[in-house]
Amino acid sequence: MAKNPNKTPMRNQKPEERIHNFNEVPYGYSEEEALVEAERCLQCKHQPCVKGCPVEVPIPEFIDAVLAGDVEKADRIIKSKNNLPAVCGRVCPQEEQCEEVCVMGIKNEPVAIGRLERYVADYNLERECEPVEDKDMVTTYPEAKGRKVAVVGAGPAGLTAAADLAKYGFDVTIFEALHETGGVLRYGIPEFRLPKNIVDKEVNAIRELGVDIKLNTVVGKTITVDELFADGFEAMFIGTGAGLPRFLNIPGENLNGVYSANEFLTRVNLMKAYKYPEYKTPVIISDKVAVVGAGNVAMDAARTAKRLGAEEVYIVYRRAEEQMPARDEEIEHAKEEGIIFKLLNNPIAIHGKDGRVASMEVQEMELGEKDDSGRRRPVPIEGSKWELELGTVIIAIGQSPNPLLTRNTKNLKTEFWGGITVDDNLQTSREGVYAGGDVVTGAATVIKAMGAGKDAAANIKDYLISEGKKNE
Amino acid sequence: MYEILAKEELAPTIKKITVKAPLIAEKTRPGNFIILRVNEKGERIPLTVADYDKETGQVAIIFQEVGYSTKLLGSLDKGDHIHDLVGPLGHHLEMEGYKKVVLLGGGSGTALLYPKVKGFAESDAEVITITGARTKNLVILEEELRKKSDRLYISTDDGSYGHHGFVTDVLKDILENEEVDLVVAIGPVPMMRAVANMTEPEGIETIVSLNSIMVDGTGMCGACRVTIGGETKFTCVDGPAFDAHQVDFEELMNRLTFYQNEENMAEEMEVD
Repeated sequence: MAKNPNKTPMRNQKPEERIHNFNEVPYGYSEEEALVEAERCLQCKHQPCVKGCPVEVPIPEFIDAVLAGDVEKADRIIKSKNNLPAVCGRVCPQEEQCEEVCVMGIKNEPVAIGRLERYVADYNLERECEPVEDKDMVTTYPEAKGRKVAVVGAGPAGLTAAADLAKYGFDVTIFEALHETGGVLRYGIPEFRLPKNIVDKEVNAIRELGVDIKLNTVVGKTITVDELFADGFEAMFIGTGAGLPRFLNIPGENLNGVYSANEFLTRVNLMKAYKYPEYKTPVIISDKVAVVGAGNVAMDAARTAKRLGAEEVYIVYRRAEEQMPARDEEIEHAKEEGIIFKLLNNPIAIHGKDGRVASMEVQEMELGEKDDSGRRRPVPIEGSKWELELGTVIIAIGQSPNPLLTRNTKNLKTEFWGGITVDDNLQTSREGVYAGGDVVTGAATVIKAMGAGKDAAANIKDYLISEGKKNE
Repeated sequence: MYEILAKEELAPTIKKITVKAPLIAEKTRPGNFIILRVNEKGERIPLTVADYDKETGQVAIIFQEVGYSTKLLGSLDKGDHIHDLVGPLGHHLEMEGYKKVVLLGGGSGTALLYPKVKGFAESDAEVITITGARTKNLVILEEELRKKSDRLYISTDDGSYGHHGFVTDVLKDILENEEVDLVVAIGPVPMMRAVANMTEPEGIETIVSLNSIMVDGTGMCGACRVTIGGETKFTCVDGPAFDAHQVDFEELMNRLTFYQNEENMAEEMEVD
C-alpha cells in the first residue's frame, strides 16, 4: 500500500476565533487521523528517530502499538522513557530532533511523531488510565529503598529526574520555590499552547510514583543544600532553570509599561491574570504592544498580548527572518494571528510620557559581514531611525540562570555567565550534587532539560548504588 | 496552608497576624521578607517579617490594609488559613560595627522597622528610634520599641501625641547635636527621600528598605527593578535595603503607581 507522502494535517482553532480566547490552538488527532499517520511509519530497523530523541523514546514500537489499536500499551512504551509525553507532544521541537532524522522525511514529509505522541498521551490522560508499569521496561533497585534524594525545582528537568529516581526505587522529594509545580511549563508557556490541566495530570502521575513535592520552598533561602544533606539526603539534583530575565539596557526600560517576558507571562500564566478580576493579579496591556526578540518566548508573549485585547502587536528583532530562533510552527501561528513582524530593527530607546511608555525609538539594520557564529551580523543603516508609538514593551531577549541557589551554596562552582559547572556525569563541584537543564546549558528547550534530568538520575543511581557509596 | 494562630489590631487598618512556619522562623534575620498568597486566586504580595521566634517556629507579619489583598488578609481570623507563604527572601541587614544608630519608621513602616530595632539592640550600638504617624491612634508598637531602644521619640502630624510634626524634624535635631554613624529609614517614599536628602550633605550612611511591586520575589520577573546609583537592581534579590543616597526615588514612586486603577477597581469589588 502506498504511504501518504505528507503528514496527516492537524486541525487548528481558526485564527479569527482563537485570538479572543486562551483555549488550545491545535485540536489533536482523532483516532482515525492517528491510525492514518501511524500507517506512514516505515518501522526502520536502525531507528534513527530514537537516537534523535534526547530521552530515547522507542518511537517505532509505540507507533506500532497505535497501529495495532493498543493505545494503552503505546503509552506504557513512551512512559518507559518519557514522564511528560503530553507536554512533549506539544512543545518539543520535533523538526530538529526525531522528525529531522526520520527516513520517511528524506523524500516526503517525516512521520508526525510529536502529534502521535500527543495523541497517545491525551488518550490515556482523558481515560485516566492507571499508570501501569511494564515490568520489562523499568528496573527497580532494592538497594535504593528508603534512601533519600532531593530534587531542586519542579520544572521539566527536575520532574524527569524525580520520576526516574522514584522508578529506580529511591525516596524522592522535590523542592519548588513557587506555589505551583511545572516551572516554565506553568509560568512560561501559555495555556493556548500547553493547557495547565495537562501539566497537572502529568505532575500527578509523577506524584503517584511516590515523589513528594514541597512547594513554597526556596533552596538556598528557606533551606540550604548543607541542611538537606544533614537531613539525610544522600544526593541531589539541581534543575533550577534559567529564570533571570535579561534586559536591553537602553534608556527608558524602567518606565511603567515595560515588562520582562518573564513578568508578563508569569502574571498571565502562573497568576492567571487573563482571568482578572476573578484572579486578583492584574496585567496592563495597551492597544499597541511591541515584543522585543524573536524566540519562542517572544512568540508566546506576542500571541498572549493579542489575546488580552491588544490591537497591534509587533515583533521587533534586530536580525533577519531566517535568523529568528523560534520554531517555524510558532512563527506561523503568530503570523496567522496578525502579529506584525518588524525584522532588522533594533530598539535603541523607550520614551515615556507621565511615567508611562509612549514610544520606542528603533534603528533600522541590514545584514553585514559574518560574525564568529557564522551568522551575518546586523549593522545599522545610517539615518534610518524611526519611532514606533505604543504603550507596552515586552522584553523577550533571553534568560540567565537564577543565582539564588548558587549564591547561597558553598563550593558550588559556576561559569562566568552564572550557569552551574558540571563534569561529564553532570556532577557539580560538590560530591553527590548533580545539575542539569537550563541552569547548566543556559536557556534551551524543555526536552533537552528532560534529557539532562534523565541522565542525571541514572548517574545518581550509579553513584549511590553501583559505585562505592553503598548503604553503610 | 498556614494556620493563623493569633490576630491583633494594632491600630485602625494596621493588623498583626501570627502563623506557624518553622523553616521561615529558623532562617529569618532582620530585613528579610516573605511572599504570601491569601487564597488560590490571590496575588503574591511581599510583606516584611515583623517578628519571628525560632523556639516556637512562629512568624508574625504586620501590615496596613491599603489594597484589595491586604484587606482580604485583614479579614481573616484566628483559625483561618493563608494558602501560600514563602521565605525568608531578600538580604538581611548587616548590624555589626556601628556606635550610634538612628532608626526611623513612618506609618506602618514602623512595623518593618521593629525587627531592625531589635537586631541593633543586640549589637553594641546605641539605638535611637523615631516613629511617626498621622495621629495618636495610629502610633504602633510603642511599648515594644521603647523596650528595645535607648531612646524613643514619637511624632504625629497633627500633634495629638509626642512631637507635633514629622519624624524628619526629630532627626534634624539629633543630627545637629550628636554624632550618628547610621540612619535607617522605612516608611512612605517621600519620608525616605526626605531622610536621604537630610543625611546626604552630612555624609551619614543611610539605609532605606524599598516596597517595590513584586510577583515571584526570587529574581524571576524583574517587576521590582529600581535604579541604584544609575544601575538597575532587583529589590527582591539585591535588596530590599539599599544605600538611600543612591536610590532613584522618583522612578520608584512612579513604578509604585502603575497598578493604581486596577487596585481601586479590585477594592470596589466585595471582599469575599
